[in-house]
Amino acid sequence: MKPKPEPSPTQQAARNPHTLHRCAAQEASTAGAPLHPPPRVADESDARLSRLHHALQAKMLRGGGESDPAARQGLLRRAGFACGCGVRRGARVAANMPLTKHLRVGIIDSNPALKSRNHLTKNGIPDSRVSTVTPATISFFKDIGAWEHVQQQRHAFFGKMQVWDYTGLGYTRYNARDVGKEYLGCVVENKVLCNSLLLRLQEELDDIESVVYPTRLVSLTFPSKSRQAGMNPASSGQLSLGHATEELHRSNLVKLDLSDGRSLYSKLVIGADGSKSNVRQIAGIKTTGWNYPQSAIICTVEHAVENDCAWQRFLPSGPIALLPVGNNFSNIVWTMSPEESLCHKSMSPEEFVKSVNHALDFGYGPHPSSSALDHYMEQLFSGIGNTAASTKECFEVPPKATGVVSERMAFPLSLMHSHDYVSKRLALVGDAAHTVHPLAGQGVNLGFGDAAALAKVIAEGVSVGSDVGDLTLLQRYEKDRKAANVAMTAVLDGFQKLYSVDFGPLNVVRAAAFHGAQYISPLKRNIISYAMGDMKLPIFS
Amino acid sequence: MAAAAGEASGSDSGWLGRCEFGRASPRGWDTVCLFGLWAATRVSPHSQSPKPSAPPRAIAAVRRRLSLRGTMLRRVSPSLRRALHWSASTHYGGAQIPHPSLSPSQALQPQWRCHASVASSSAPSPPPPPPSRPRGPSRSAGGGPTVSSLNPAEVAKFAAIAETWWDANGPFKPLHLMNPTRLSFIRSTLCRHFRRDPYSSKPLEGLKVIDVGCGGGILSEPLARMGATVTAIDAVDKNIKIASIHAASDPTTASIEYCCTTAEALVKEERLFDAVISLEVIEHVANPMEFCESLSALTVPNGATVVSTINRSMRAYATAIVAAEYILRWLPRGTHEWSKLVTPEELSLMLQKASISVEEMAGFVYNPLSGDWSLSDDISVNYIAFGVKTSETPSTNSTEARL
Repeated sequence: MKPKPEPSPTQQAARNPHTLHRCAAQEASTAGAPLHPPPRVADESDARLSRLHHALQAKMLRGGGESDPAARQGLLRRAGFACGCGVRRGARVAANMPLTKHLRVGIIDSNPALKSRNHLTKNGIPDSRVSTVTPATISFFKDIGAWEHVQQQRHAFFGKMQVWDYTGLGYTRYNARDVGKEYLGCVVENKVLCNSLLLRLQEELDDIESVVYPTRLVSLTFPSKSRQAGMNPASSGQLSLGHATEELHRSNLVKLDLSDGRSLYSKLVIGADGSKSNVRQIAGIKTTGWNYPQSAIICTVEHAVENDCAWQRFLPSGPIALLPVGNNFSNIVWTMSPEESLCHKSMSPEEFVKSVNHALDFGYGPHPSSSALDHYMEQLFSGIGNTAASTKECFEVPPKATGVVSERMAFPLSLMHSHDYVSKRLALVGDAAHTVHPLAGQGVNLGFGDAAALAKVIAEGVSVGSDVGDLTLLQRYEKDRKAANVAMTAVLDGFQKLYSVDFGPLNVVRAAAFHGAQYISPLKRNIISYAMGDMKLPIFS
Repeated sequence: MAAAAGEASGSDSGWLGRCEFGRASPRGWDTVCLFGLWAATRVSPHSQSPKPSAPPRAIAAVRRRLSLRGTMLRRVSPSLRRALHWSASTHYGGAQIPHPSLSPSQALQPQWRCHASVASSSAPSPPPPPPSRPRGPSRSAGGGPTVSSLNPAEVAKFAAIAETWWDANGPFKPLHLMNPTRLSFIRSTLCRHFRRDPYSSKPLEGLKVIDVGCGGGILSEPLARMGATVTAIDAVDKNIKIASIHAASDPTTASIEYCCTTAEALVKEERLFDAVISLEVIEHVANPMEFCESLSALTVPNGATVVSTINRSMRAYATAIVAAEYILRWLPRGTHEWSKLVTPEELSLMLQKASISVEEMAGFVYNPLSGDWSLSDDISVNYIAFGVKTSETPSTNSTEARL
């Protein structure tokens, strides 16, 4: 007679991420307007919703200025931007997330993209804001049922990746076959990710309009300590009065004032509003971080042939990445000093294409090549397991860009990590909790990882009758994600620093790292697994 | 009120002190600690600063005390030991529960009945010979004819810290951390027993559940959110006030019926519940046997009873008493009396005698590194038992037994 552990509702629920809520308000009530409570969270009632978002992103508020979408997390590769918001709702069907389907969720996001109700066309020029989603994120999308929508829109899998630097001392090629996978990742436009989540949400709900609040958050009022505790015995006399009871219920919820004058009340607010998170600031959560003396330029370029590999070269001023986005298009993410970025942004398209091709080929230094030493190293480690297929691949030169087909955008880069991800009735996800350097395209994936983890924690909480805004519950989410996010942040920051110095001995160390990653198969496989999101921490197994 | 009844003093109080002594790391300590009782002795509950480790001398002292105390205790409760011996014939090492028909429950009876006589209000007939010796010093305290099995001293202990029930980082923090684990056991056993859909968000919809010794309502509120119609009682008036005010702030929990009363009193009112849950209470009551009978009397035939407590094992002694009370001083000395702790065997026998057949049992294990509680087969410290009320009523049973 042992306990027989629960049938795992939670496990199941865990699959559905969605549940989340972004801001949610639970019973809402508002003043004035009909209420829909928006929020996510929530409470009983309406079923559907729940899921959602996990991604939350969409979430609330967007914050800042830019428009974009709301929040999402990620920096997606490009930093800053947020991509979109996704509203993701993920929804996998209700059947899959029965534990949270009763939660009422609201998404506060004024991004006009939330009005879309159809698949985006595959023709046309790809947007320059794209994300590299890892297999871990893809499986999350599959779990919530949103990946099929992505598949009907433009996306580009890539199975190969080449990384090298300007010194010509070494290079590394990765191949999905090294770890027995079909692809290393997929490049998807942010608007496609967003739209897919939105479509999934729409499938799940009859009236999506009641969930999405196309407005902005003006203020957020958390229950005061004394009220939330509700500990004043003197107030018990009021309990019998209807009006007082309602007041009492609300006093324990977060009040969200929206720019259209409505107010929502929620058990849990999920801040997925980007690195300048309004929600985080209102909640007074402190952050640690610094700005990199770099800006990133993003744009879409066209090739004469299709590109099927992700390329990244470290230049003296920062990395340049060329990512396939489908058809004959690729996306450029080029990190450089702010002055250079202004200059590259304003130069003519022809000149820009020329400088891109230069940067990806002979610019700044020679092509790397293999040496006799590499073959010794390869043989030495071939005794440990099988040699990864890509060890024998030679350096290749990326396809030439023939033209730049989108507007060039530049934005500053920074590293930021929030001291806390949660507080009573509040959880931060994605960029609102942490922004990283875009050099490996990990920001958006960390954000989706947050969303999935939070959805799982909420489902577990519901299964044991917890209040979804309970701090003890939310801290489990924080604990789960902080280690993973800090590790990735540190790794990416380390790369940024390692490659931003042009110093003889350091160049040799970098070259050694390239050679090691190229020829030592076990190391190579570990690096790939970590980058694909299959391992939580960069620990070599 | 004369702090009567013991059981109610705080259902959760019992878990105090159950930390895994042997495995705790310096880092783990601070999560484990903070027990409520400890707080009771200090004016400010937030000031805890558990010592990361004890100096060797302290450990030696504790060891001496431990051995002294151990022998003394063994002398003190012969009845419990006899129960153990009896059950040893069907002994099971781990979490297995003997089949009811195999247990010599009658053998227990004279002793238990003796104790019951001290403070029994519900026993229909006068008990036979008086107890040869009380089981514990506090035992006789509750002893009026109108009083239940509760112990006034225990009740007072918990009243002192009632305000801190809902502070997630306060003295009850460990309890808050442990709560989901207890609830997942309750959820899964009740779903199975009542054939509810475990994937539902409100699997207990429509079930009448009573939380005996509800404290601040830490368990009652989640049960209400899981759909149950909850009645929660506690002997401490202050707890009830805090619990009802807290519950009122959420519409889903506002329907909980909180009463400052005792299980015995409800038995007199002939209240019946589909599920009777009493966590971390039985080790604080004056008379466990009578308490079990009260729980049984509140349960409808074929209803469920869930009880959790601390084992009377050496490991529990080391963690809940030695570590928590003497070394780390999270708890005032004497919070848990070894002699009052109940072993799984004794609990099974008592429940069985009260017409509840224990069908499932699980241990709670704390991992000081991760700070997580989890269910396990290890019932050597904290454990929880799920039983089903058989159709016979307890009074019938005890009558038969007496005959």
